[in-house]
Amino acid sequence: MARPGFVLDVDRSTPPILTWHGEGFRLERLPAGRSRVIYAPEPLDALDDPDDAIHEALLHPLGDCKPLPELLFAGMSLTIAFDDISLPIPPMMRPDNRQRVIEAVLDLAAAAGVDDVVLICALALHRRMTEAELRHAIGDRVYDAFAPTGRLLQHDAEDPDGLVHLGQTDHGEDVEISKRAAESDLLVYANINLVAMDGGHKSVATGLASYRSLRHHHNVKTMQHSRSFMDQERSELHTSNWRMGRFIAASGIKVFQIETTLNNETFPPQMAFLQKREWEWTARDRATYLATTKSLSVAPPRLARSIFQSIKAPHSMTSVHAGEVEAVHKATTEMVYRQQLVHVEGQTDIVVLGLPHLCPYNVNSIMNPILVMCMGLGYLFNLYRGQPLVREGGVAILSHPTPWAFHPVHHPSYIDFFEEVLAETTDPVEIEKTYEERFATDEWYRHLYRTSHAYHGVHPFYMWYWGAHALQHLGRVIIVGGERRAVRRLGFSPASTLTDAFEMASDTVGHDATISHLHCPPVMIADVH
Amino acid sequence: MKALQIERSVPRFAAARVVSGLKPGGGGSKVGPLRLADLDPPEPPNPSWQVVKPRLAGICGSDLATVDGRSSRWFEPMVSFPFVPGHEVVGDAADGRRVVVEPVLHCRIREIDPPCRSCSAGLTNHCERLVSGHLHPGLQTGYCKDTGGGWSLALVAHELQLHEVPEGWSDEAAVMVEPTACAVHGALSGPAGQDLVAAVIGAGTLGLATIAAVHLLRPDIVSLIVVAKHPEQRSLARELGSTQVVEPGELRRAVRRATGSWILDSGQLTGGADIVFDCVGSDDSIADALAVAAPGATVVLLGMPGHVGLDLTGLWQREVRLVGAYAYGPEPAAGGRHSFALSMDVIERAGLERLVSAVYPLDRYSDAIEHAATAGRRGAVKVAFDMRNEKRR
Repeated sequence: MARPGFVLDVDRSTPPILTWHGEGFRLERLPAGRSRVIYAPEPLDALDDPDDAIHEALLHPLGDCKPLPELLFAGMSLTIAFDDISLPIPPMMRPDNRQRVIEAVLDLAAAAGVDDVVLICALALHRRMTEAELRHAIGDRVYDAFAPTGRLLQHDAEDPDGLVHLGQTDHGEDVEISKRAAESDLLVYANINLVAMDGGHKSVATGLASYRSLRHHHNVKTMQHSRSFMDQERSELHTSNWRMGRFIAASGIKVFQIETTLNNETFPPQMAFLQKREWEWTARDRATYLATTKSLSVAPPRLARSIFQSIKAPHSMTSVHAGEVEAVHKATTEMVYRQQLVHVEGQTDIVVLGLPHLCPYNVNSIMNPILVMCMGLGYLFNLYRGQPLVREGGVAILSHPTPWAFHPVHHPSYIDFFEEVLAETTDPVEIEKTYEERFATDEWYRHLYRTSHAYHGVHPFYMWYWGAHALQHLGRVIIVGGERRAVRRLGFSPASTLTDAFEMASDTVGHDATISHLHCPPVMIADVH
Repeated sequence: MKALQIERSVPRFAAARVVSGLKPGGGGSKVGPLRLADLDPPEPPNPSWQVVKPRLAGICGSDLATVDGRSSRWFEPMVSFPFVPGHEVVGDAADGRRVVVEPVLHCRIREIDPPCRSCSAGLTNHCERLVSGHLHPGLQTGYCKDTGGGWSLALVAHELQLHEVPEGWSDEAAVMVEPTACAVHGALSGPAGQDLVAAVIGAGTLGLATIAAVHLLRPDIVSLIVVAKHPEQRSLARELGSTQVVEPGELRRAVRRATGSWILDSGQLTGGADIVFDCVGSDDSIADALAVAAPGATVVLLGMPGHVGLDLTGLWQREVRLVGAYAYGPEPAAGGRHSFALSMDVIERAGLERLVSAVYPLDRYSDAIEHAATAGRRGAVKVAFDMRNEKRR
């Protein structure tokens, strides 16, 4: 039986706490009597037979939806869309949930005599996946069956011939999605739900949409009114996506949603100490920690990055639901909360967030400074339900090396965003008003997004908007151990050590400030009362 | 009189080159060619000349190159030793006027008759007789043994070299006239057009003055991207009229953004800026300038280059024009007005007086040279010698 999440009040006997720091980690001692550490629940039990569970879900859909076999018929056009490289993180060991689900759907389609089947990677404005990444996600058998014949597509949000404008919602939001998906007799979506933000109507309304459509919810106003975007009930991001999703359904597009959830088994056995509570570390865990940190301290950054990027998570499927989008997503979200919710009493003055090497947008890539901001103030800050872990006007202390480094192929517009935009302003509203359109319509970025493996020109803006709520809420942001020049460019304060950061934070929140340390990864959601 | 003098000494120039390699401005130390000396004041050669007693005299990049032994040997025949450096000069003329000196020692000043073709056409900065006439060789005051130079208590200047300083101007504003005139000449050297994108590489005195000149004299340039290395330079570049200030290494992407061109895998731009003003003159700066110049664009070299190593394939394939901008004269692009007159306008309107960051007495020449050589990183721009408090015999 998995133990639930846990909040540890730090006292003098509390051992130093593991704090992530990019491609590495540190043991940090937190001030006794005023600090607490929030630990994620332990991994839920995996499904005994995921393939059987998938089959059952397809035959017994949720909501107002027929079983999948009844929706399949010879001569129909079937599109199967699936989540892209941004899920899950770290990438899971083979077989990936997407592979299992797609193979199951294809078996049923073949049995029904469906020939016109196209797979679309629903990457929205993310980068195109490489062959190796696609093979990992959907499996060699599916890849070899579809890619050579051109039936494995990667969504192109800039292809005027490949998109269809369905109209506007009653809020004036343009709904423009993949033409193939929209014109198919059935659109099946294969999702992996890592966090509560994922899935639901967001799968199609975002994953298969164009910039014209996305900009209605990927903007500063929406993000500032999503408190948090991990809580669908209080997320303007989701409200907008739900309007669009319902509009898509009302347009006659039949979506069969398949959502899977994962447990939070994040690291392979040899690195199991990373998700243990420190006082439960064995001698072997301590030795592994020492050996790992020692090796990483002498490893060149490129090697360290390569080692960490090669980690595959032993995530296991904990549930699968299929059928009508909203009914499916309700069940999915319950499972996500079961795995991730941790009850927390009240807010603190400071939140400490150790940032790992990876966020959804740097798989096989570099965690550049903009992604550091997004990971800290976008994702980790928003891992709450109710209210943020840190009070309004409080301080967020992030720990990450924050190198002034970018992947030139994956993140070309990020480089310009960092060099040009952040040199002028860090205010999300000003950034959106002054710069977004130029970046979004830049021909070179558009070319690289469509033909290479680059994120769309507007993507760094979204990363910045992701942190807009935190920027509005916080009194100060400090990054420990970051490259000073890069940290300052982000508009934050650099600190050499966590102790220095606490000292600096005292200018904003006083000397006896209370502290929360979110012991993440594994992913959790602080249910703050 | 007290003066700083440079003598022809191969060992000292060699030593200066070595020392300055370790420490910029090290050529101003005792091992270098610069000496504080007690000299006889120069004599006016004839009544067209008069004595000018310098108040302020700037230290320019070409002066530093000479003192540090890094100047090109190109100038050897156009210099006569020993000479007193200093060609950015404001001082008091014998006739009572406060003047700035236009230092080029062209045919009319050398009283060569008939003057060379260039001087006949008014292009005195192209003079072909810099080694002739009644003066020893010297391309400018400050490089000629007969005229003296600004780093002293007295020099002699021809009537044609003197420009009266406007009433109410500070000496600091006046000492900026000569370098700003160079910037004006450079700014007007690039071809005119419409809605042009330009870049300025370097934000020392010349770069900053060029930004101001472009901003005030080139309405056809609508986007001016400036490469500035140091925080104070960046701040000044913004104030003086650049549309974007970037750090070294960011130029290509900034030009790409401004022009909508693409970057190829090799880092080359497919398009680029219409005009690039290189105010540094190094291998790297010229290479950068050529890399961001659009097909058919013009690269204007304002900074004094020396020996440089360059790949000129792009210049050839894209038909980029590489042009020098030296000194000043009547500016056809400004209706024939002289660069000095335009310079005074620019200084007044842009407030370039603020670029004078530090002044030193002649006795502290080593400190002054070192400060000038490291001005950017020390938050300074123009460093000058101040003779206003020197005892004059």
